[in-house]
Amino acid sequence: MTIPTTDDDGPVIDEIAPVTDELAPVNKRNRRRLKTFLRNPLGVAAAVLLLIIVLSAVFAPLVAPYDPIRLRLVDQLKPISWEHWLGTDTQGRDVFSRLVYGGRVSLQAGLIMIVTAVVVGVPTGLLSGYYSKWFDSVASWIANLLMSLPQILILIVVISSLGSGLAPTMITLGVLASPDLFRLTRGVVIGVRDELFIDAARVSGLSDARIIFRHVFAVVMGPVLVLVSFIFGLAIIAQAGLEFLGFGDPARPSWGNMLSEAFASIYKAPHLVYAPGAMIGITVMCLVLVSAAVADTLGVPRVVARKPRKATTTDAVAATTEAQSATEGQSATEAQSATEPSILTKNTLTSSTAEKDAAVGDLLTVHGLSVSYSDQQRSETTVVQDVSLTVNRGEALGLVGESGSGKSQTSFGILGLLPPEALLSASTITVNGVNLIGASEKTLQGLRGTSMAYVPQEPMSNLDPSFTIGSQLIKPMRRKLGITKSEAHSKAIALLERVGIPDPARTMASYPHELSGGMAQRVLIAGAVSCDPELLIADEPTTALDVTVQAEVLELLRELQKERNMGMILVTHNLGVVADICDRVAVMQTGRIVETGSTAEIFANPQHPYTQMLLGSTLDDVPARSDRDGVKP
Amino acid sequence: MGVFILKRLLAGVGLAYVVVTGMYFFLQFTGIDPARGALGLYASAEQVATKRMQLGLDRSAWTQYWEWFSHAIRGDLGTSFSSASSVSELMFSRFPVTLSLALGALVVAAFFGILLGTLAAIKPGIFDRFLQVVMVFGFALPNFWVAIILALTLAVGLRWFPATGYVQFGTDAAGWLQSITLPVVAIAIGSIASIAQQLRNSIIKVNSQDYVRTLRSRGLSQGTILFTHVLRNAAPPALTMLSLQFIAALSGAAIVERVFGLQGLGAVAINASAESDLPVIMGLLLFTVVTVVLVNLLIDILYGALNPKSRIS
Repeated sequence: MTIPTTDDDGPVIDEIAPVTDELAPVNKRNRRRLKTFLRNPLGVAAAVLLLIIVLSAVFAPLVAPYDPIRLRLVDQLKPISWEHWLGTDTQGRDVFSRLVYGGRVSLQAGLIMIVTAVVVGVPTGLLSGYYSKWFDSVASWIANLLMSLPQILILIVVISSLGSGLAPTMITLGVLASPDLFRLTRGVVIGVRDELFIDAARVSGLSDARIIFRHVFAVVMGPVLVLVSFIFGLAIIAQAGLEFLGFGDPARPSWGNMLSEAFASIYKAPHLVYAPGAMIGITVMCLVLVSAAVADTLGVPRVVARKPRKATTTDAVAATTEAQSATEGQSATEAQSATEPSILTKNTLTSSTAEKDAAVGDLLTVHGLSVSYSDQQRSETTVVQDVSLTVNRGEALGLVGESGSGKSQTSFGILGLLPPEALLSASTITVNGVNLIGASEKTLQGLRGTSMAYVPQEPMSNLDPSFTIGSQLIKPMRRKLGITKSEAHSKAIALLERVGIPDPARTMASYPHELSGGMAQRVLIAGAVSCDPELLIADEPTTALDVTVQAEVLELLRELQKERNMGMILVTHNLGVVADICDRVAVMQTGRIVETGSTAEIFANPQHPYTQMLLGSTLDDVPARSDRDGVKP
Repeated sequence: MGVFILKRLLAGVGLAYVVVTGMYFFLQFTGIDPARGALGLYASAEQVATKRMQLGLDRSAWTQYWEWFSHAIRGDLGTSFSSASSVSELMFSRFPVTLSLALGALVVAAFFGILLGTLAAIKPGIFDRFLQVVMVFGFALPNFWVAIILALTLAVGLRWFPATGYVQFGTDAAGWLQSITLPVVAIAIGSIASIAQQLRNSIIKVNSQDYVRTLRSRGLSQGTILFTHVLRNAAPPALTMLSLQFIAALSGAAIVERVFGLQGLGAVAINASAESDLPVIMGLLLFTVVTVVLVNLLIDILYGALNPKSRIS
């Protein structure tokens, strides 16, 4: 049996407890952890039960009412009674006493296997992760080798030469289990290695060994503890399995040995298999539950399935149906604007734009759109607040603002593509006359691609790496336009040609990783317009591209928009781009639209200080700062 | 793709060679005594010495290894020291039983693991809870005990399945299926949750990728995206788990065989180990390692088919 770990290639790294936690005063931290642990009733119950099992094994002579190996044939197969709590076996021995003594073997087996696995796995993992040179390659190769060996066979080989004693078999199993600890430790160390505090320690002149011991070891301890309780469980099961196969000392009472004997007399007394099997099951279950509780306490990812995410959210747009939530959002806005004097100007501007936009765009109308996220502590973060905008057919709207101002969230809100944990509210969202408030996923799905389409920011991560460009273009066209495969194929070729791809046939057969960023973005634009959408939302379509390619891609978007008479929202942080392409501009700052108007108006006479600042930074023909830094919103 | 398969094949052959050779010398240097093993505890010292000569055990470890190896690569695994029967014949008569169990368990575990993992990923809540319960029970209950309970209830009690014995696939396919059902279920139970857990995590990971959102923006249905795009991208880590579970299933088969009285490799291994029967132990090792290599190769090929990048690099 393999240890079921949650990681595939060591993602433990990004899930480990924040390092600062380790720096908290030890006493306070331990008290807090104990509190967390005690709040998990299942974990506490399992820990208590486990403690009882361990203690009764250690003090077996005091606990067990009978000698576990005393044979009394007159007493054989006695039923459950006050004298014999669990009855007697075929040779008249007290089952309960044997169970108590049997725990000793399991305990020893577990200890030997754990010590071996930790001694072999942890130090090698520490060294491998920290130095990551030839040592890492060799150790990783050996770890993979050990993991590809069937345990039972290696045990047979070892037993053939060293005998079936507890020490050789459990040490072997410990070595075979060590790759799990090795990989875990190595993964955690690699994650921590490059963190700042290690660099700082290195600079301050501490030796490598001390760095490893002090910092990394503190972080590794938690996950190792969680895995160790799993290895304990493995040891108990494997040891019992070996005894069941007949490797072991028949004179020494153990759970596996009891099972083996019960199996031998299965037709005579089948009930005898229940007690030892249940004992193994209960003990290992306790270990698993304690491990899960410890993992939660230490903030380490569990080895078993984690608790399901709280269903606090419903699907994006559907969640907002009630006008109530929209009003709530509005009153929140008002309350906030009243407390912050600096927002006063902003607020007047917002309401004036709202009046202007109440005229309703003939393609897209959005009123009072808010997006917020609530975390587990139930505190809400609002990223988009009371946004209203309109787009007419054939019109390009520039949605401008710096990183984190909520431009992308607004776009995804309109498309209904916010992540499930987002909460969206709005009083109106209509696209092409269809009301999206309260619309089902099916309705939205019908609109996407044909009524509204999307061009993403990062070209490479927005193409499925496992499918050819051709199949990614053809599939939506066949579904949405109901055309045949060959029609879709020739249409895709024409589209690729239109967006300026030199060898469309070859590109169709290529995988995304074989394309350059600029090519990939052209493919994504081709995909977005493939089903003749009326509204195109382009989310910073040039940010991730080379400067030379940026102009070409923008030109392409402008041409496509004009020739197809599409409405377009161009999300950008670059006012220069807006001046080139857009008819109107909406300026966003910290989740709100602070100013909106025609491009000419805004450029000639910016009202809001933020707009003035944005203009000031771009009019000198210098790309915006965030543009150069490649910052994502 | 050809180069990719060839590379994986060579790596597999290298692995088999290292394991088999390493184990041979491990046995030699830790003092295995096949002559004593073959003759039993009560043979005299002279008898053992004569047997050693007969079996060629008085020669150096290197000479013995070379003799074994040079024959083994030609398919001749020698004869058993204790029964004088051909090791290859022994393997070929017993191996199908163990392989049926291990592969059967793999198929069953993969089917239910994929089902449960997908459900837990797309419908968190009840399925996630269920997965957690399956995980705890599947891990905590020893497969041989589950096997005994299944045999007691479904075979002895309800008589739905035979309690013991193996029916060859060639003789009676339905009988074969009946004879392996209970052992396969007993072995698979521990693996289902591991596969499900791995798949659930990687589906959740893939679902948060940008391209999934972009595919949704094209108007494709959630179902189409899940079955064609998400599952395909989530499969590789789950496949790795599958190959680990196959290795575990081989060990599981050896133990569970005993419960159902199936004459597979488990029984052979126990005898060979008790008698220190070197050629049989080596034959077992070679057969198992080669099987592991072949199954891993199959999984690697699937991996390559699913992931165009790995085919090229």
